[in-house]
Amino acid sequence: MSLRIVVTVKYVPDATGDRHFADDLTVDRDDVDGLLSELDEYAVEQALQIAENADDAEVTVLTIGPEDAKDALRKALSMGADKAIHVEDDDLHGTDAIGTSLVLAKAIEKAGYDVVISGMASTDGTMGVVPALVAERLGVPQVTLLSEVSIEDGTVKGRRDGDAASEQLEASLPAVVSVTDQSGEARYPSFKGIMAAKKKPVESWDLSDLDIEAEEVGLEGAFTKVEAAAERPARTAGTIVKDEGEGGKQLAEFLASQKFI
Amino acid sequence: MAEVLVYVDHVDGAVRKPTLELLTLARRVGEPVALAVGNGAADTAAALAEHGAVKVLTHDASEYGEYLVVPKVDALQAAYEAVSPAAVLVPSSAEGKEIAARLALRIGSGVITDAIDLEAGDEGPVATQSVFAASFTTKSRVIKGTPVITVKPNSAAVEAAPAAGAVEALSVSFSEKATGTKITGRTARESTGRPELTEAAIVVSGGRGVNGAENFSVIEALADSLGAAVGASRAAVDAGWYPHTNQVGQTGKSVSPQLYIANGISGAIQHRAGMQTSKTIVAVNKDAEAPIFDLVDYGVVGDLFDVVPQLTEEIKTRKG
Repeated sequence: MSLRIVVTVKYVPDATGDRHFADDLTVDRDDVDGLLSELDEYAVEQALQIAENADDAEVTVLTIGPEDAKDALRKALSMGADKAIHVEDDDLHGTDAIGTSLVLAKAIEKAGYDVVISGMASTDGTMGVVPALVAERLGVPQVTLLSEVSIEDGTVKGRRDGDAASEQLEASLPAVVSVTDQSGEARYPSFKGIMAAKKKPVESWDLSDLDIEAEEVGLEGAFTKVEAAAERPARTAGTIVKDEGEGGKQLAEFLASQKFI
Repeated sequence: MAEVLVYVDHVDGAVRKPTLELLTLARRVGEPVALAVGNGAADTAAALAEHGAVKVLTHDASEYGEYLVVPKVDALQAAYEAVSPAAVLVPSSAEGKEIAARLALRIGSGVITDAIDLEAGDEGPVATQSVFAASFTTKSRVIKGTPVITVKPNSAAVEAAPAAGAVEALSVSFSEKATGTKITGRTARESTGRPELTEAAIVVSGGRGVNGAENFSVIEALADSLGAAVGASRAAVDAGWYPHTNQVGQTGKSVSPQLYIANGISGAIQHRAGMQTSKTIVAVNKDAEAPIFDLVDYGVVGDLFDVVPQLTEEIKTRKG
């Protein structure tokens, strides 16, 4: 039987760009170029490797976002995913983590899945809670923050490296997995992959396709509210000295003046 | 005064520093009631009482050590139902954030993660967060349900504030899903004797300029002279010179110590995302044009292999 893998990905503002908030204190997506979140590339990579090691598997990439978010799907398809689902709806603007997990869970159920694979966090919100929330909603095991992952005979196994210990985890499918940037270098799309991606199916769903009411998501449905956002004042220029043989001693003097020594 | 539920991060009964910091913040918004679960839970009571917990709820069962996250969510939910708190605070570890989020979903609340400050507001606690690689500071609130907020290490000072700390055994019944993810093995991280990276007051980091695993001893010697944790940039980690557990940056750990010393680190956005909220920033780099110098309070343009050993010696001399 075919192994159905759904990879959740996010289209995020480029972290090397000048990121800002829009007037409604949501992330300004118009001002900065977007791309597939780097941490999700690792999820796509692990999904592809698991699929390659399975007898029969299908990799579906799923994203929520405006029209531009298709770029993230396109990248994942060009890496080798089989098909894509784009959830797009004007009412989704301003959706928080709880709402995002609702939309993802409904879309994952509708798509059909044996395993969901996500990145450890997005590179914009950086909360790292969506995989756990999706697992809670789907009522399946969470096997998260894996630096190594494998799936065999309906069982997912992996290694989770915590502060105090490294843990070996195991759960039966269906399950929600998230992987870290240590799980393995993500492949670059080949020219052939990029050409093939253009022909792969991208389905578009809106909230009505997922039986979600507008007020359950977006700014209206959000459980949290950003009340103020202030740009951090530029640091006042520090003291910079050139080492002429006494650089270490000068630095020690500075540290002592700041009471660190 | 309203009660505030604080989830305790501890290792076999030894309470970790971020939880003690959390108690300081909890007292601003209510009376802290602590929840400690797992092996040694009851042993946490004295430290928690010393730092302001009016009550300590405890529960131990083998499930906490044998299965991932969900048994702890079940316990936190049981405590939430027993206490009916005005807010729930959890340390912002990877696991803490997962526990907080799942609880929030279950109780119909919002969740805020990685707060760096917390204050009481007219409509509930207001959390300060640092976002977009610390280029913005936001103030946020949970506007539905009971606020569930996770707080980053080093967000508040640990303050003694002796309270009753009466220990009560909590009754927890595990959900059907609690045993979904088995922990089949555990290898404790070998202790380096240095403070944990995210909790440390001082972090000394090395990057590409360290130029080899063996040269990290220079960075470690400086760290040890200051009682600091050792960090590494992604370049150093990807090159295999230092373990990923010590990586500071967007795909590593985010730190905000009192003092951050970057050695041989250029200061790419990826790295800055993980250290820019440090209170005092110092850099040593050969390249006067390195972007890290835009962030520093004090910078030395020079060879780290000259500057760092001299600094280490000088610190040792001054400390006598």
